[in-house]
Amino acid sequence: MDYAIRAEGLVRRFGATTALDGVDLAVPTGTVFGLLGPNGAGKTTAVRVLATLLRADEGHATVGGYDVVRDAHQVRQLIGLTGQYASVDETLTGAENLLLIGRLLGLSRADAKRRARELLADFQLSDAGDRAAKTYSGGMRRRLDLAASLVGRPQVLFLDEPTTGLDPRSRNELWDIVRTLVADGVTVLLTTQYLEEADQLAGEIAVVDHGRVIAQGTPEELKAKTGGQTLTVRPADASDLATVASIAGEVSGATPEVAQSAVTVAVNDPGVLPAVVRRLEAAEITVAELALRGASLDEVFLSLTGHRAEDAPAGNDLERTPA
Amino acid sequence: MTAATLTAPLAPARRLGVAAGLRHTFTLAWRSLVQIKHNPMELLDLSIQPVMFVLLFTYVFGTAIAGSSGEYLTFMLPGIMVQNALFATMTTGFGLNNDLTKGVFDRLRALPIARWAPLAGRIIADTVKQAWSIALLLGVGAILGFRVGNGLLGVVAAFALLLAFTLAASWISVLVGVLVSEPEKVQIFGFMVIFPLTFTSNIFVPTDRMPGWLQNWVEVNPVTVVADALRGLLVSGPVAGPVLQTLLWGAGIAVIFAPLAVRGLKRRV
Repeated sequence: MDYAIRAEGLVRRFGATTALDGVDLAVPTGTVFGLLGPNGAGKTTAVRVLATLLRADEGHATVGGYDVVRDAHQVRQLIGLTGQYASVDETLTGAENLLLIGRLLGLSRADAKRRARELLADFQLSDAGDRAAKTYSGGMRRRLDLAASLVGRPQVLFLDEPTTGLDPRSRNELWDIVRTLVADGVTVLLTTQYLEEADQLAGEIAVVDHGRVIAQGTPEELKAKTGGQTLTVRPADASDLATVASIAGEVSGATPEVAQSAVTVAVNDPGVLPAVVRRLEAAEITVAELALRGASLDEVFLSLTGHRAEDAPAGNDLERTPA
Repeated sequence: MTAATLTAPLAPARRLGVAAGLRHTFTLAWRSLVQIKHNPMELLDLSIQPVMFVLLFTYVFGTAIAGSSGEYLTFMLPGIMVQNALFATMTTGFGLNNDLTKGVFDRLRALPIARWAPLAGRIIADTVKQAWSIALLLGVGAILGFRVGNGLLGVVAAFALLLAFTLAASWISVLVGVLVSEPEKVQIFGFMVIFPLTFTSNIFVPTDRMPGWLQNWVEVNPVTVVADALRGLLVSGPVAGPVLQTLLWGAGIAVIFAPLAVRGLKRRV
């Protein structure tokens, strides 16, 4: 098989912290590969190494067959990078940002302008093209970031948490754009904290924790490992919690968790929800919340590692102080 | 969608030529200059502040210090050019730090461009801004009655000397920009260091009017040296000595701070 990205034994330390602790990756050309993990897991460090921004202490990696250290210049001609740390210039307009990158990539002034117009149109930014990027909304800003990484028509695209902080509509728009790119043959390495996002886009997912790949597989394989879905029941009266927990446990056959006046339990069988409802009704328990949702990253982590995904404090400098 | 249409993959080029690196540098310099258009604050720093300083000092302190505002303008204008130029060097560190903290620098580094182009482009753009401020100060000075003593040659030489010195001094700014965690701290540094440094020189008040202990410092202060060189070139007085000393100071600053700044930048990114 032809691999657009290969990494073997990547290790990167920052002082006493080991951000990458021996990461192997193999991303087939033309696919979307998801790196899933909490803040500080090492996702961003991995992307920075692959995008030639950071040198690994050990191991090596190739992108498009070129070594990310020895042939860094060639790698840079193949890749596009979008992430919170690889930003456009907020003081320039959207059009100027794209023009700047086009010119840096060696396009003539006329070609760079044409390319900028083309991308602004593709990303529904034509009307905002002459406004400074700092006036853009979050969704517009991410679209501009993505457009900026596509000026050079990259073969390999790194998307580092492309939808973190976006509203659902902007997130869906971004997902559609990524799907279009992949349909056109671009290889995408996506990092995300959301299982749903990896599930929506990626053909294969590697789950990272503390700088290591702890599980890898298709979204279906991972979800099967994690019990698929989670049922949450919040009784109106907190004194019913114990009863609710025992019902949920009995019906699902799994061990329920009680936290924040709600009971959660992993669910594999679609028949569990109606059965729980009937039992609650019979026990005359009034319910404030009853929800069935897909396994979250938290649940993936809980079942893979036995511990919950630790949340790094807000504003944490990801690549320098991994949690 | 056209955005994703791939061209036939070409084998990527193995290395970059110097000509390409220069082209990247000028493109990035363009970017820094276009920013002015969108950032009125920068125009304020570049144009209004120097003019305001000249007007205030000339008419508020002129008569008290030199007997007349005209005399004082002749004495002070070369010095205020030095002060303004030193403050303006902070733009380089501020902009660089902004790029580093906001992630623009990483975006640029992920592009197949010369490694030195982002810094070189910024320095070239800031040198253009410096030239604009120097010309503006000379223009305002001329309107207020400043008369040059050594003709066009003196003006051109003064211009070139000050630009060369600020180019060297801007390495200090680059180092600060690389070391601090946010752009505002570059400005704080500028305020804390350049203010006392420039006021304890002979740019606003003649050395012999200051307390004795301060005079010793004022005489060795490089700001005094550069101001004297500009006075010599623009108005009258000794030229060779102060110009040579200015060049030595500039060379010394560059030799110490340029490697530190470059090393700091490499460690930071």
